[in-house]
This record gives sequence, C-alpha cells and structure tokens, in this order.
Amino acid sequence: MKEVELAVIGAGPAGLSGAIESAKKGVNVVVFDENKRPGGQLFKQIHKFFGSKEHMAGIRGFKIGEMLLEEANKLGIPVYLDSPVIGINKDKVVAYVRDEKIQYIVTKKILVATGAMENVIQFPGWTLPGVMGAGAVQTMINIERVLPGKRILMVGTGNVGLIVSYQLMQAGAEVIALVEAKPEIGGYGVHASKIKRANVPIYLKHTIAQAEGKNFVEKAVIAEVDNNFKIISGTEKELKVDLICLAVGLSPLIELINLLDCKQIYVSELGGWIPLHDENMETACKGVYVAGDVSGVEEASSALDKGRIAGIAIAESLQHIPIEAASREIDGIRTRLNELRCGPFGEVSLQGNNKIYQAMRRWENEQGN
Amino acid sequence: MNNNRIIHHQILGNLPECKWVKITVDGKRIKAREGETIAAALIAAGVKVFRYSVKRDEPRSLFCAIGRCTDCVMIVNNRPNVRTCVTLVENGMKIETQKGLGKRQINHEGS
Amino acid sequence: MNRGISFSGTPSEEELEKSPGYPPEEIQRKKKVVIIECIQEIPCNPCEEACKFGAISVGKPITNLPQVDFEKCIGCGQCIAKCPGLAIYLLDYNYNEDDAAISFPYEYYPFPNEGETVNAVDRKGNFVSKGKVIKVSNPKVNECTAVITITFPKQYYKEIRSIERIRGEKNV
Repeated sequence: MKEVELAVIGAGPAGLSGAIESAKKGVNVVVFDENKRPGGQLFKQIHKFFGSKEHMAGIRGFKIGEMLLEEANKLGIPVYLDSPVIGINKDKVVAYVRDEKIQYIVTKKILVATGAMENVIQFPGWTLPGVMGAGAVQTMINIERVLPGKRILMVGTGNVGLIVSYQLMQAGAEVIALVEAKPEIGGYGVHASKIKRANVPIYLKHTIAQAEGKNFVEKAVIAEVDNNFKIISGTEKELKVDLICLAVGLSPLIELINLLDCKQIYVSELGGWIPLHDENMETACKGVYVAGDVSGVEEASSALDKGRIAGIAIAESLQHIPIEAASREIDGIRTRLNELRCGPFGEVSLQGNNKIYQAMRRWENEQGN
Repeated sequence: MNNNRIIHHQILGNLPECKWVKITVDGKRIKAREGETIAAALIAAGVKVFRYSVKRDEPRSLFCAIGRCTDCVMIVNNRPNVRTCVTLVENGMKIETQKGLGKRQINHEGS
Repeated sequence: MNRGISFSGTPSEEELEKSPGYPPEEIQRKKKVVIIECIQEIPCNPCEEACKFGAISVGKPITNLPQVDFEKCIGCGQCIAKCPGLAIYLLDYNYNEDDAAISFPYEYYPFPNEGETVNAVDRKGNFVSKGKVIKVSNPKVNECTAVITITFPKQYYKEIRSIERIRGEKNV
C-alpha cells in the first residue's frame, strides 16, 4: 500500500493551502478531491474579496484559486481529482475511488477539508425544476456560463444571497426580488446597496410560500411572516419568476470525518455540527485535522488561513520544523485570522470558534491530557 | 434559438472559442461545448425537466449542482441514474429523460 | 424614513453624516472630492492603500471605517475601482454652471457609450433625472471594475449614485 505523511481530503482553499504549507516544509502530501476540477467554491467567486492585503483583499476569488493551484503545482503536490474518498479509519488508511476501482493509501496525518453543503427550506412546489440552491446557480453562471433562469427570486439575504443576486444581474438575468424572513438584512450593507442601486426590492419579514408551475417554476408566491416566522395570511404576493434560489445557509460536511467518531459540538453560529478541534485545527482524534468550512462556516479568507495553520501544525507534529518556529508562524496567521472576526459580523464567528476551543479544552482535561 | 449561454460578461470576459460536440436529448440533437457538464448543456438548450420522480411521477431537474442530491439524474448512453451535474458531455452521447428508477439497458458486450 | 442600511439596504442620512468617509456638505460643493459610503464595521482596508496621496486611512483594527482627509484628496478617482464593496464615488459638484458630475463603479455588461443619455438613479435605483455619460474607463489596472462618469443637474448631487443598468444588447 502506498504511504504518505499527509492525506488532504478536499482541494478547496483550505485543503490546498494546508497541503502547500506542509509541502513547503518537506511533508510528503497527497490531495484528494471528488470533483473533476480543483478549487472548491473558489472559482465561482467572481467578486473582489474583502479583508486586508494579506488576505488578498481586492482580488477576485477565482484569481486566488489560480494562484493556489500554481503554488501547488510548483511544489509538485499530487492532486487526485475525480477521486472521492469513501473511507478513513483509525489506522489512518484512506480508501478512495480512482480509475473505477477502490484504492488505498496509508498516512500519518489526515486533513479533512470537505467543506460545507447548502441548506434547504421546503415549501409547496419546492421540488419543481427551477428551484435551486444559490451555490448551484453560482456554479452554473460563473463556471458553466449558462443561465438557469431569466427572472429570479432569491430567498435569503446573507452574503451568499446578496452576492449571487448581484452576479445573476452581471450574467444578464433580472432579479425580481429578494426575501428575508428576519427583520434585518443578513449580509454586508455594501452588498445590499449594489442590489438596491439596481432597483431590486428586498422584502424583509417575508418568505416564500409556494412555487407554482406545471412542469417547472412559472410563479412564486411570497408572504409576510410574523415574529415566529409563521406566514400572515392575506399578505401573499405573486411574482412571475422562472428561477427560485435558496440561499439559506450552509452546513459543514462531516459525514466522512464521522467515520472516525470524532467528537463533535453543535455551534449554530458556524453552521451546525462541527468536529471538536483545538486552535491548531487538530480534532479529538489524534492526527486528524480539519480546516475550512467543515471546521465552521466562515469565508474563503478564513478557510485559507485555517488551512495554513493546519498545514504548519501538521508539519511540526511530523517533526519537519521545530515547535518554536511553528508557533511563531501560526501566531502570525492567527492574529491575521482574528482580524476577520472583528466587528458586528465577525464577532459571531469569534464566539462560535471560542465555543469550540473551550469545549475542546474541557474534553482534553476530561481525558486527563 | 433558445440559448441560455452567457456570451459577454464584464468580469469573465467573452465566452471563449471551443470545440462543439453533438449529443441527443430524447432523440433531439443539440450542440454542447466540449468540457461542460451534461446539465450545463441541457440548461443552455432550454431543457427544463431532467427526470420524473419514482413515487409520484413529478418533474425534477438540477438542484445542488455538486453531485450530492441526485435530482438531476438522467439515462446516459442507456445507463440510468447518471448525475448530469458532474458528468461531462462526450460526442455522440445519448441522453434520455429518466422516468422513476430507470431501466438499465445494458448488453454484456459493453455498457 | 430610512431606518438604516440593515433594514433598507441603503445608508440613511444619519449613517452617512456620521461616517468619516462622507464629506461635509461644504466640501462636496467646494471641490472635486471622494465620497466613501462605507458605514459598517467590516474587516476591509484596500481603500487605504489605494490612495497615493495618503488621504484615506483605516488603521487597526481593519474594521475601522475609512477616514478621509478631504484636504489631501485631489479628486483623482483612483480609489473608486479598488473598493470591493463598490462604495466609493467621486463627486465634481462644479463640473459646470448647471451640472455636477459623478464617477461611480460599474461591473455590468454592456457599458453605455460616451456621449449617451442615460437614466441616473439614486441609492434605491429610482430614477432621478436624465444624465449624460462623459467617460467610461475600464483600464486593466481596475481589474474589471469600470468607472463611469455622468453629468446631471447639480441639484441632485446628494441623490444620484449610479445609472439604470443598461440592458441593450443581451449578453445571453
């Protein structure tokens, strides 16, 4: 069986930056991804990133993806695409499907960077063709360059809903409206302002009541909701749309790591069930690390930084670099990462991450570590 | 022509030149771009329904576009339950609307 | 009544006036000047480096609202395309006797043509008045964020922030 020092599962921003950091320090690493193209969700992000220069602010997501891939190529990191990992066990054997057969690799460390999946909400007509996740729409318009609809209703005003609405207009579609069940817009004001400048209405305290159409979406009915998110009868409004996008949050994809029975914690601020981990991204299963959205849904910039931290910590634990050097580098990245967790939006992430670290410390104490 | 392709885009630039392949969808010939997914080709061609559900025979199409939900499966080259959102087009591919679980029509010489 | 950006999606008068990137009225009417309508504390600072004259500062933490030294601002407009939030404008109230001019970021296809008459809109996308496109700038250094300059009757200088999206020839 082939042996490596580090198997990275997921070639998105977290997995790639983790692989790059550890490879830079001499770790023998291989990256697996179930998709035919690497980069995770990065290549669909056609907007300029926020943050600081170190976070590559002002650079469009897909450019950052290209830079990452170039670095990985330069370092000669093998990235096995179209190779879904179907199993990992406590002996750190990784089973994957490649060339139509199941293959195995044994490793010393695993970095799980499997990302997150879109949530759904159900309503009458939600199964009709023309109801899609916002991420799905983003893939279609920015990667495949096809428009799945010309008249859009966007459900959700978090950053995903706001950004994808804007990108739909850039793709030539008409966004008829956004609805948000809460009484406030969820995402950044500047993203909302772009939508408003395009004269698109944002209905707060509204939800989608029904999607209508014979074989595909032809109409959407939206309605106002009360403080318990119950539809207020009589407030229904019909909108002529052919595409309904659901931008209602993301949940970490923990199915694979659950095969190891890694201790988890429920953190609503970060998307749901998350594998317990310390500040160096190591989970309760020794030698297994997490990074990116699977370790808590934040942003691409956070995924990049968390991946780097994991990569450096892994290199140190494999004794490729001394602990002092590793700590210094990790501290620098952590300071930068925490810059993203400031302000009214970032604080939520900060709280969520602190919950995880505190729970991890408690668990470690219980184990008598 | 019902073509939902995004030709011009301020950020992505113009749609690059590419090789075109020919596929059929329920017998109808459509053009597809080499390297794109079946789902993308179908959406570009204006195909709205990909399959009908098992129990209630309801129309379904693309939902997650990431290979997880299986709402987009169709019969491809006589093989049912192929996820069209992660499968790339190939010249001469035969795509059919799948009804229910679909029937596997494979002879022993090839799949 | 605009309760604020989290409710309406557009900054209220109070939010703008409180923001250190929004010039006081006298300055808006006096010289060609930048207007930064960034009023939420989000971690972001490319505008700081964007100004070669050091007129914009954010400092640490990077959630600070951008502060503009309006004396240092010479109205070059280099910062407009650098803001990831598309929140920076350049106002020239005294373009001529009748008209003011505003430069704003634009990332849609197609562009209007220079010389074309367009519908100038406010922050909510509502029509305010007709405007004339005097410049469409899309240099490589802007990384696909074009900057369009339009003139319009100067009484609308506080309202007009963009143009109605050009549909024209379809990009699909």
